[in-house]
Amino acid sequence: MTPTKTPAADGLTHKAPAPREAKAPRSAPAAALARRRGRRETLAGYLFLTPWCIGILLLTLGPMLVSLYLAFTDYNLFDSPKWVGLRNFREMFRDDRWWTSVDVTVKYVLIGTPLKLLFALGVALLLVKPRKGQGFYRSAFYAPSLIGASVSIGVVWRSIFQDDAIVDKSMSLFGWDVGGWIGDPDWMLPTLISLTVWQFGAPMVIFLAGLKQVPRELYEAAEMDGAGRWRRFRSITLPMISPVLFFNLLLEIIHSFQIFTSAVVIGGTGGSGAGGPADSLLVYTWYLYEQGFRQMRMGYASAMAWMLMLGIGLVTVVLFKTQRGWVHYEEDTR
Amino acid sequence: MSALSGTARRRMRSLGWHVGALALLAVILYPVVWVIGASFKPGDKIVGSLQLLPTDPITDNYRRLSEGIADIPLTSFFYNSLIIAVGSVVGVLFSCSLAAYAFARVRFAGRNLLFSVMIATLLLPFQVLIIPQYVLFQKLDWINTFVPLLLGKYLAVDAFFVFLLMQFMRNLPKELDEAARIDGCGHLRIYWNIVLPLCRPALITSAIFSFIWSWNDFIGPLLYLNTQDKYTVSLALKMFIDQDTVADYGGMVAMSLVALAPVLLFFLAFQRYLVEGAATSGLKG
Repeated sequence: MTPTKTPAADGLTHKAPAPREAKAPRSAPAAALARRRGRRETLAGYLFLTPWCIGILLLTLGPMLVSLYLAFTDYNLFDSPKWVGLRNFREMFRDDRWWTSVDVTVKYVLIGTPLKLLFALGVALLLVKPRKGQGFYRSAFYAPSLIGASVSIGVVWRSIFQDDAIVDKSMSLFGWDVGGWIGDPDWMLPTLISLTVWQFGAPMVIFLAGLKQVPRELYEAAEMDGAGRWRRFRSITLPMISPVLFFNLLLEIIHSFQIFTSAVVIGGTGGSGAGGPADSLLVYTWYLYEQGFRQMRMGYASAMAWMLMLGIGLVTVVLFKTQRGWVHYEEDTR
Repeated sequence: MSALSGTARRRMRSLGWHVGALALLAVILYPVVWVIGASFKPGDKIVGSLQLLPTDPITDNYRRLSEGIADIPLTSFFYNSLIIAVGSVVGVLFSCSLAAYAFARVRFAGRNLLFSVMIATLLLPFQVLIIPQYVLFQKLDWINTFVPLLLGKYLAVDAFFVFLLMQFMRNLPKELDEAARIDGCGHLRIYWNIVLPLCRPALITSAIFSFIWSWNDFIGPLLYLNTQDKYTVSLALKMFIDQDTVADYGGMVAMSLVALAPVLLFFLAFQRYLVEGAATSGLKG
């Protein structure tokens, strides 16, 4: 998205005389002027950042500290918080439903993210060669990413995975009769995962942008050396797009850990408080919501939130650590 | 094969490619077409029948919807969603463009530090914030108002938009500022008269994304809105699911489409901005 030059911009650049004062030797008054200008710049910077600074303090950093404090307390919103030390964390490790939520979420992330990225890369490779209609396909495949997390699509998923609905019937055609996926604890998570894979468009668009950056000469040279399709993919495409792959992986993993809406809608257990049939879709954030806002155990929920944050942070650090082994940045390629 | 000339073979392959791509597209877009077809079917025919489009379409589902959900007229949900979405767009454009300008075009002390903070918030899981934010808004007596859903948008809390606008502003030629400064313009004039007009594409992208995300938002309204007259479209749709057995399946499906419609229309109208925006800044979508 490079900015298009408008006539106004051109007019201004033409009018610009070479700034003379920048070249002048630094005399004492000039230095004072520069300092004064530096101060003015700083003032201007903070004026522009005023809303952002208030937001960061009031809605991000402040709440983070409060949440950290609440994690060590018993708090129900109405009585004042009572310090309990590490009790919330100790309780978490003994809480079967907490373990269930970890289990469901980790499975969702570990299966859903690779599948989604595999799909995204596959379709991106299909679309990368310039052809008629390329833009149309790109947009159409992107569309699910925009609507996938909505309640509406959750409702649609709940419907098309019912007993005798389209998914069940088409699987029966291949002799695989699952029955209704919805309501069967074993098949709830696959249903949710299929919804995340369906939203492969966002990483696909990023893959496409990355693929377009790979210099054509590399392929031509490899072809001349007799490298086959697979070889070219392994030795050129994959290393060249590894930074994009890393970026997508990081983003999708962090994002997947926070799944909520789709699980709640597909799980759909009304007021019962269960996370889908037999807690089969009790993703982490759902359980956090359940504890914090329905049981009003805000201390426990805060502790849960910090565990999630630690988990995500750990995954991020590990990803960055492994980066050296498989992500190739331009500078490395001697 | 050898009988085919080069161009003929290429044409065959191109045809094969299009057939493949269209087949994939049909599978991917099936759920969207399904919801359109199903919304014109009677409730008991929606799940069992494999027909994508109804044999004799009915509009009963929509007629019932137009009478409202749980005695609240449909327009009320739409009005609430719209106020929040439009309010979000205005807030995001205002606050995020200001912050982006500071990061992209002003050299102030502490910029690098604040910039790192901004990037860090991009990766921060929202779960850490919802409880203390809820406590704060509860103490301020703002529960069941739209303020908690909007305040953050006016305080540039969505780092993603700051980042997107900043990337765009960075690419504008530096000489613009120099020239304007020599003409005696301060930062405010440069921001308003030069940078903002040039950022139009990025502003449009931000506006559309913030509208769609706000429209689709579920957890925000779920936490903060608790009387049905304040409900957004997403929450109204959720009311259908909360019933133990869905009494009005047709109504629920029709409502799903109605809730989706503005987003789909936005997508059709602005898909180029959305896809480009998603490609350059790599967002969750």
